[in-house]
Amino acid sequence: MMGNVMVPAGLVTLLGVIVGILVLASVTGYVLQRRFSPQGDNEVIENLNQRIHSWWIMAILMGVALLGGRTGVVLLFAFASFSALREFISLIPARRADHWTLALAFFVVLPVQYVFIWQQYYGMYSIFIPVYAFLLLPVISTLRGDSHGYLERVSEVQWALMICVFCVSHVPALLSLDIPGYEGRNVLLIAFLIVVVQLSDVLQYVWGKLLGRRKIAPNLSPSKTLEGFAGGVLSATLVGAVLAWMTPFSVLQAAVLALMIALLGFFGGLVMSAIKRDRGIKDWGHLIEGHGGFIDRLDSVVFSAPIFFHVVRYFWSAS
Amino acid sequence: MQGILQRWGAVGIGVLVRLLARLVTAARPVWQGIEPLPKQRIYYANHASHGDFVLIWMTLPPRLRAQTRPVAGADYWQTSAIRRFLIQDVFHAVLIDRRPEQRQDDPLEQMGKVLEDGDSLILFPEGTRNTGDTPLLPFKSGLYHLAKAYPQVELIPVWIDNLNRVLPKGEIVPVPLLCTVTYGAPLALEAGEDKAVFLARAERALLALSNSSDPSAREWTQ
Repeated sequence: MMGNVMVPAGLVTLLGVIVGILVLASVTGYVLQRRFSPQGDNEVIENLNQRIHSWWIMAILMGVALLGGRTGVVLLFAFASFSALREFISLIPARRADHWTLALAFFVVLPVQYVFIWQQYYGMYSIFIPVYAFLLLPVISTLRGDSHGYLERVSEVQWALMICVFCVSHVPALLSLDIPGYEGRNVLLIAFLIVVVQLSDVLQYVWGKLLGRRKIAPNLSPSKTLEGFAGGVLSATLVGAVLAWMTPFSVLQAAVLALMIALLGFFGGLVMSAIKRDRGIKDWGHLIEGHGGFIDRLDSVVFSAPIFFHVVRYFWSAS
Repeated sequence: MQGILQRWGAVGIGVLVRLLARLVTAARPVWQGIEPLPKQRIYYANHASHGDFVLIWMTLPPRLRAQTRPVAGADYWQTSAIRRFLIQDVFHAVLIDRRPEQRQDDPLEQMGKVLEDGDSLILFPEGTRNTGDTPLLPFKSGLYHLAKAYPQVELIPVWIDNLNRVLPKGEIVPVPLLCTVTYGAPLALEAGEDKAVFLARAERALLALSNSSDPSAREWTQ
């Protein structure tokens, strides 16, 4: 059956539109650079072009994964989880006594979670990290008898796993939802979530750069403004409504879900910013040119994916 | 035929080592005091793990990497055929004997010969891996003698951050963590500078780089 992977109607159209938007962004970036930053000395424009460049790579990877079906999507998000977990764990004050706990988090908990996701085993992937990892990893951390900063250490490892593995894995988990009349098209639910949440980030950035005056959380994230937030969330809601054709939702339902996704994404960014402030860093990593680390790009997905998953499962899923 | 096989094998293993190191550490160079230019240099770094020189080696651009040779202890790397292949064919190291009473070659002469051939060196002046609580062990005097004999070669302090957490001493499984390799500003021996004074200055220059990198790493204790 491997040979005839079904590409659902709509996915190709959507990918075509995304390519169109990126071409437009690249042309705009090029014109801006020629006019305002010919020597590469305007930081905002240089950063914008780096971001657009990285968007191309992310869109291509995402497109290939979605066209590749379940295995492709699961592998892509497992890799994203790995990279995010590496960034998160690098920041926590784990001690030598936690070495085995950390090794297990990377080499057992993460792969096992994604195997359950791949098997579409809802009963396990929704409790494996919150129950089994939560209770068993602290046991491993006690084995070397080091109690210094114990509660902080075990809590931070659990947080890292919840954010970087459990939450992220709920994107590919959307493939296991059983929605009557929508069989074989679940990959478009992922596309809906990712497009809305990422466009919401981009539109918040654009609105903020154009109209941003009043800072919304100066102590947590100095670049976020009220105007950027309102403009970004509202335009993302509109985008969601326009994308209703590729979902099992009505136009109104799609708009409400998109509003929910955009709001959660915004607050996700805020929470992850608070952690960055606390640790005195600007970006989580450096691997995505112009954006920072994987968590910088995933923070809004992390917060919206599990809730989007459960809302859709509760109201639309047959099982 | 066997020579070709060994050479291509070494190139292949080199690529594999870099991929693996990238997957585990995503090591990133921070060019704080120098640019990655093809100048003759002695990179001297802190030493906490056997993988230290790999991180310097992989963060150098390919052209510089081909002309940079790590200095490694023969007593560790000569003990098996695999280690010997890795250190000689893959990393092109200069192997020195750390036991003064037994050695036949003078390490300073060996390192000097490499510099005279126009290559750069990676050196760990602590002499052995630092597994204690102090950030640096006292430097051995080799760095001073090289600085005196080859004043035209730039001395570059290089701080390797976080690798000691990736694979602490005695552990087998590495934990993937982000590492940085910070290259500082060049250092030179001043006219009439005393050995102890120079070595203390070199230690301070290296330590100064550790403070500028990731703050969380310093909370790590054994």
